Amino acid sequence: MTTAAHPVAGRRLTANHLGIAVLLTAAYGVIPFAGSDYLLDAVLTPFLALALAALGLNLLTGYAGQVSLGSAAFLAVGAYAAYNFNLRVHELPFLVSLVAAGRVAAAVGVGFGLPSLRLRGFYLAVSTLAAQFFVQWALTKFGWFSNDSPSGVIDAPPLAVAGITFSGAVGRYLFSLTVVVISTLLAIRLLRSQVGRNFIALRDNETAAKVIGVPLLRTKLLAFGVSSFIVGIAGVLWAFAYLRTVEPAGFNLDRSFGILFIIIIGGLASIRGAVLGAAFMVVFPLLLSRLGAALLGDIFNSGVLEMSQRIVIGALIIGLLIAEPRGLIALVDRLAEPILRRFSRPLSRSTQS
Amino acid sequence: MRLSRSLRAAALAAAIAVGTVLPGHADEQFFPLQSYRVGPYAAGGTGFFGGFIDYLNLINIRDGGVNGVKLTWEEGETQYEVERGVEVYERLKSHTGVAAWNPLSVGIAYAMIDRITKDKVPLITVNHGRTDSTDGRVFPYVFPLLLNPYSETSGIVNYVASREGGADKLKGKKIVVLYHGSPYGKETIPIYKLLADKYGFSLEQIEVPHPGNEQQSQWLSIRRAKPDYVVLRGWGVMNPVALKTAQKVGFPVDHIIGNVWSNSEEDVIPAGDAAKGYVAITTQASGAEYPVLQEVIKTVYGAGKGNLEDKKRIGSVYHNLGIVNGILNVEAIRIAQQKFGKRTLTGDEVRWGFEHLQLDPARVEALGAKGLFHSINVTWDNHEGDGRVTFQQWEGTKWKVVSDWIAPDWAFLRPIIEKSAAAYAAEHNIKIRTSDDPPVSQ
Repeated sequence: MTTAAHPVAGRRLTANHLGIAVLLTAAYGVIPFAGSDYLLDAVLTPFLALALAALGLNLLTGYAGQVSLGSAAFLAVGAYAAYNFNLRVHELPFLVSLVAAGRVAAAVGVGFGLPSLRLRGFYLAVSTLAAQFFVQWALTKFGWFSNDSPSGVIDAPPLAVAGITFSGAVGRYLFSLTVVVISTLLAIRLLRSQVGRNFIALRDNETAAKVIGVPLLRTKLLAFGVSSFIVGIAGVLWAFAYLRTVEPAGFNLDRSFGILFIIIIGGLASIRGAVLGAAFMVVFPLLLSRLGAALLGDIFNSGVLEMSQRIVIGALIIGLLIAEPRGLIALVDRLAEPILRRFSRPLSRSTQS
Repeated sequence: MRLSRSLRAAALAAAIAVGTVLPGHADEQFFPLQSYRVGPYAAGGTGFFGGFIDYLNLINIRDGGVNGVKLTWEEGETQYEVERGVEVYERLKSHTGVAAWNPLSVGIAYAMIDRITKDKVPLITVNHGRTDSTDGRVFPYVFPLLLNPYSETSGIVNYVASREGGADKLKGKKIVVLYHGSPYGKETIPIYKLLADKYGFSLEQIEVPHPGNEQQSQWLSIRRAKPDYVVLRGWGVMNPVALKTAQKVGFPVDHIIGNVWSNSEEDVIPAGDAAKGYVAITTQASGAEYPVLQEVIKTVYGAGKGNLEDKKRIGSVYHNLGIVNGILNVEAIRIAQQKFGKRTLTGDEVRWGFEHLQLDPARVEALGAKGLFHSINVTWDNHEGDGRVTFQQWEGTKWKVVSDWIAPDWAFLRPIIEKSAAAYAAEHNIKIRTSDDPPVSQ
C-alpha cells in the first residue's frame, strides 16, 4: 500500500538499501583489512562514537524538537555507569553493563527532561545546561564514582564479549561498528513507529499534537529517555573503545556544543545527517591539520597552524550553513539526485519483472 | 584520460609524501611532542615545550646529537585535551626510533599508560602524573621523574617545618589547603590527612570550584580559621585570584605556599603587588644564570633557532622545567647508549636508560645545571628518582630561591605508593617485577 501511495519513495528506498549494503560491506569487509591502526584507532572509532551520540541528540532535538545542551553529561553518565557496573558486579558480561549503562543514562535523562514539560526553546536549553554542570560536578565531587582513584581519572578494562577480547585496533573498531549499526537500526525502527510520528508532531506544533491526541508528557519524557540511552551508549564507546580512560573534565560543555554542531551541520532530523556531520567534525580537522603541517609546518609552529585551522573550519561552517541551511545531508541529496534517478529506473524495472 | 591519470599519479605521490614520514637513514632518535600552544594552558605548554626543544637543539648544534645520533621531533597540538593527545599518539607512534613520550598532561598520560606499555616505549611525566607509577615494579614504562604529587606534599610540609624550626614545632599549628576543584586538586587530600596525623598539626582543606575566579567566601573562611599557613594547590587563573583575595582579607602573603602548578611567573604577574613575598615549591630554580641556560642563549638563540617567541621568558619556571626535562631525556639516552651501542635505540632500550638515570650533583654540575636542579637517582623500582625540592619567593619581578634543597619523606610515602600500585596490578593482572629484568608483558 505504501509503495502504491509513494512510488518515488519506494524506488529511492531500493537505491538507499543498495547504498547501505555497499557501505556496510565496506565497513565490515574492507576497512578492517585495509585500514591502518591510525585510521581505525584515531579516526574511525571516535567518529563512530560521536556519530552515535549525534544520532541520540538528533532524536531529541531534530525529531522531537527539544533543544539540549547536556549531551556530554549523558556521555559521562554512560561511561561512568559502565565502569561501575563492570567494577562492582563481578562476572557481569560487558554487553549487560553496556545496556545497563544506557539505562542509567536514560533515567538521568528523563530526570533532566522533566523541565521540558513547562519550558520550551531557549529556556529548555538553559535548563539542560544544569545536567551538564551537575553531572560533571557530581563525578568530581564524589570519589565513589571513580572508585576513589586519587586523581579521579579511571582507566577502562579491556572489552570482552562472550570470551572474545576486542583488544586490537581492529577489534575495537568492529565492536564500535556493531554497536552503532544495531543502535541505528533500532532508532530507525522507532522513528517509523507511532512514537516516531509523535516526536515529529510534537516538534511541528505542540498544541496541534495535543489536540489530535499525542500524549505530550509521555512523548517528551520518552524522547529524553531514548536519546539519553543512545548518548549513554556512545559514552561507553568513547570511553572504553576509544580513549580507554575516563575523566570528568573530558565531558565538558565544549563536547556538548560539539555534538549539537554535528547535527546542525549534518542536518537536523536525519540519521544520515548525524553520521555525515560527525565525519565532517572528526575527519575534516584532522585532514586540515595534516595538510597544514605538511605544507607549512616548517614555517609556523603548531600553535599558529592550529589557530589558522580554526579560522578555516569556522569560515567553512558559516559558508556551508548559508549555502545549505538544512545541512550537509541536503547538499549530498541534491548532488546525488541525478545519479539516483539514473540508477533507480533500471532497478524499478527489474523489480517489476 | 592521460591528464586524469597523471593527476591521479600526482595525488598518489602527494599522499605518500604527506602520509609517510621519511625513514631515519642516519641514526636518529625521535621525540613525538604532544604540545599545547593554544587553549587555556598555552602559557605552560609554550614554556615547557619551548625549553625542551631548545635543549634538544643545543645538543644537536653543539654536540652533533648524542654521540652522533641526531635528535629529531615533531609536534602535534593537543590543546591539553585528552582525545587530541590520543590522536597525536596514534599518529606519531609508528615513527622510527621513538625515544620517549612527554605529554605534560595528567589526562593524556593516563590515556597512554596502556598504550605505551603495549608498545614498550617510556612515558615521562616530570613533576606530575600518577603517584603510584613511581613503583617501577608495576609500571615498567611510566616515569614520574623528580617529583610525584605525594612527594610534593611531603616536601611542602617539611619546608613549613623548617620555617617553624623543626618537625616537632608543627604540633598545634594550623594549615589550610586551598585546592582546585578537579581531580588534580583533590589528589593530595588523603596524604595531607596522613601528614597532619603524623606531625599533629590541624588541617582544613577548602575547595575552589573550577576555574576559581571567585574566592571571596573561601578566603573569609580562611580568615575565620586563622591558619598559620595556607597551601595553594591551584591551577591557571585560580592562583592570581587567590593572591589578590588574600590581600583583600589581610592574610600575609609570605605565609601562602604555592604547589608545583602554582609556581610560575604566569601565576604571580597578574596578581601584581599582591604576589610580592609569595613562596612556592619547585624542582628547578628559575633564572638564566646557569651555564646550560647561557649556552642555550648563545648557541641556540644565537643561531636564530630558539623556540620561545618572547625571549624574556628564557629562564622562566616553565622554560627551565623544559630544559631540565630535556637534560633527563638526553642523559637517559646517553646512559642507554653505553650499554646498547651508539645507534638509534628502541623504546625498551631507552626505558633501560631511564631506569639507570643516576645523575649525582657532580654530574649535574658537569652538565652546566648546578643549582638548576639537585640530582636524580632512578632505579628499576623507583621511577621518581628521589628528586629534591626547593622554595622560591616572588620579589615582584623575579623569583629568588629562599631554601636549601629539601628532601621529601620518601620512606614514609613508599608503603602508601606500593599499596596503591599493588591494587592496580591486581586489577589489571600485571605480574610484579622482581628485578631489573626486562619487564614481562602481561
